[in-house]
Amino acid sequence: MTKDDQILEEATSGEYKYGFTSNIEQEIAAAGLSEELVRFISAKKNEPEWLLAYRLKAFEIWQKMEEPSWAHVNYPKIDFQAISYYAAPKDRKKLNSLDEADPELLRTYEKLGIPIEEQKILAGVAVDFVMDSESVFTSFKKQLAEVGIIFMSISEAVQEYPELVKQYLGTVVPPRDNFYAALNSAVFSDGSFVYIPKGVRCPMELSTYFRINAENTGQFERTLIVAEEGSYVSYLEGCTAPQRDENQLHAAIVELIAMDNAEIKYSTVQNWYPGDKEGKGGIFNFVTKRGLCQGIRSKISWTQVETGSAVTWKYPSCILKGDYSIGEFYSVAVTNNYQQADTGTKMIHIGKNTRSRIVSKGISAGHSENSYRGLVQINKTAENAYNYSQCDSMLMGETCGAHTFPYLEIKNKTAKVEHEATTSKIGEDQLFYCNQRGLGDEEAVHLIVNGFCKEVFKELPMEFAVEAQKLLEISLEGSVG
Amino acid sequence: MLKITNLHASIDDKEILKSFNIEVKPGEIHAIMGPNGTGKSTLANVITGRDSYDISEGSIIFKGEEILELSPDERARLGIFLAFQYPVEIPGVSTTNFMKAAINERRKHQGLDPMKAAEFLKLMKEKMALVEIDQKFMSRSLNEGFSGGEKKRNEIFQMAMLEPSLAILDETDSGLDIDALKIVSKGVNQLRNKDNAFIVITHYQRLLDYIVPDFVHVMYDGRIVKSGNKDLAKELEARGYDWIKEELGV
Ligand SMILES: Nc1ncnc2c1ncn2[C@@H]1O[C@H](COP(=O)(O)OP(=O)(O)O)[C@@H](O)[C@H]1O
Ligand SMILES: [Mg+2]
Repeated sequence: MTKDDQILEEATSGEYKYGFTSNIEQEIAAAGLSEELVRFISAKKNEPEWLLAYRLKAFEIWQKMEEPSWAHVNYPKIDFQAISYYAAPKDRKKLNSLDEADPELLRTYEKLGIPIEEQKILAGVAVDFVMDSESVFTSFKKQLAEVGIIFMSISEAVQEYPELVKQYLGTVVPPRDNFYAALNSAVFSDGSFVYIPKGVRCPMELSTYFRINAENTGQFERTLIVAEEGSYVSYLEGCTAPQRDENQLHAAIVELIAMDNAEIKYSTVQNWYPGDKEGKGGIFNFVTKRGLCQGIRSKISWTQVETGSAVTWKYPSCILKGDYSIGEFYSVAVTNNYQQADTGTKMIHIGKNTRSRIVSKGISAGHSENSYRGLVQINKTAENAYNYSQCDSMLMGETCGAHTFPYLEIKNKTAKVEHEATTSKIGEDQLFYCNQRGLGDEEAVHLIVNGFCKEVFKELPMEFAVEAQKLLEISLEGSVG
Repeated sequence: MLKITNLHASIDDKEILKSFNIEVKPGEIHAIMGPNGTGKSTLANVITGRDSYDISEGSIIFKGEEILELSPDERARLGIFLAFQYPVEIPGVSTTNFMKAAINERRKHQGLDPMKAAEFLKLMKEKMALVEIDQKFMSRSLNEGFSGGEKKRNEIFQMAMLEPSLAILDETDSGLDIDALKIVSKGVNQLRNKDNAFIVITHYQRLLDYIVPDFVHVMYDGRIVKSGNKDLAKELEARGYDWIKEELGV
């Protein structure tokens, strides 16, 4: 055994830290997808007629669609009839404080490393914790309400602010957008709703932790954020899932809408279970995230750190409709073992003087495949549009793959587009240089990889950046080679 | 401090070091000179434990301990430092963070807590002054876009920060103008004390005007062929290496 093999062996025996299940009583629908089921979900949630109609229409569309196959990923065919589409904790009593929460649930928080009390006090983070589709706890709601901010589960919002939800739901990602969007629109269970009124700067980072807990359950959350004129919000999303041998499907939709001079910053740290060392199990993560810069000088930034999931298919995008609007995409995607990621962004320039910036860092190790797929589309109307794209790949070892698929569609001659791409390997010379200063192989790799991702990490809120670095270290353990 | 005996090292079945011997005591400065390709950098790499060399024979005793079986980072933490002939770039990692990581890793192995921020900053300031390096280099990516001279000066800065027992300077003087050379030498002279030692690999006797060696060794074809005091360096400067080859009969 060579030294590198040995390091690999030792470190990859580190197990997935979040691979536990909670024994919270669940109400789970039988597996299978049908019109009846769509009606069941809607009825369970006591939804208004228009929403049921929306779901049924989406279901009809979905039935006529084909699963897409263009992504650079490979996975066994999903049996959509074998999945259960609804699971919610049974204990649905509303909580006034954390003391009233199920102790098992609190232990789950703990294992996830979410120091809720601490976050509340120290960082001023309001946490909306979504456990298997159902929002069970929302903190800080009152404080936010004082400035007119609405932050609640989307199911609650449907009950309390039906007009608002109806006005915006599906306007950025319509059901027919793609196969998984249609599926989500038919069966979405819960998610978050955020509304920032005109001129309000959200006084804290809003955060949601999603977690899949029940077995054989798909998770289909739906997030909708509306930022009115001149408002600002930073939203954090973190995800982990328990360890199972079966694959689980996660198909979410996130819609963002920014009006004149509004800014939305959306940060994700995604650590869904990636499967084991042989590629068994893990989450299929097929997500549609899109932001609409509706107003003049509006701005939407996506920052994502993707370390989990067996298969990832995800392109957080910006439609730059308002003149002078700005779209940004900062991404770190790490794949190890047999993980596959096909991720990137779409920047659709429509308004005049719109600008977009793409910084993508892909790190591949083990037998994984890591693809960047990005579209920059500059429409006829988009005078003086500007895009800068930078796509860097880092390879660790000989058995992984890194791919870049940049697409450019330019229909206006005044456009200015810059693209840079690099592929590098962690060099023996870099490792030795670090070793010579006293750093072991693992520390050296962390340092080099963190340096590589620095431009993206600096976009994350402080406490999230620390978590992202830790996740990166965990997912790359033992990949020196 | 360091005793190398009958060391044979090869790469790709090609023997580079052929029965190499040296003994370095605390407080000493040894200069190693010799034509290109005689194995000077190989020697530095083998002492610091770089992989890819095959050691067929010999021993390297450092502070009374055989270190041939130790990994490069273990040797570094024992107090061996190499100022690289070609320092490596690490994008996105500042010199500050690199040094913080190095110092704290060593402390961790000594069972100490990470160095306090204030203490670290004070240390940085002090050592920056010593090698007259500007603050702006500390926050830039390590060696990225540095000129040759800046890279070398940064190596000496790192040496000053880590205060090794044995520092090996591999052609640190190459590519330095006279001012930079003086600064680098000043750094070495100020760090020098009775407990540490230096091996200075160089082509030119010029450096040895500033860093005065106790011993000068001429290396040729993988071994030391002649040793003397600093006058030997002067003689080499005046007469080149050919007379040594003649003496050796090659
Ligand atoms: N990676 C390598 N593979 C094969 N030969 C090498 C390698 N590195 C160095 N050499 C050879 O070893 C000899 C000594 O090189 P080096 O130690 O760099 O010499 P110096 O530093 O004295 O100029 C040279 O002949 C060089 O070509
Ligand atoms: Mg050399």
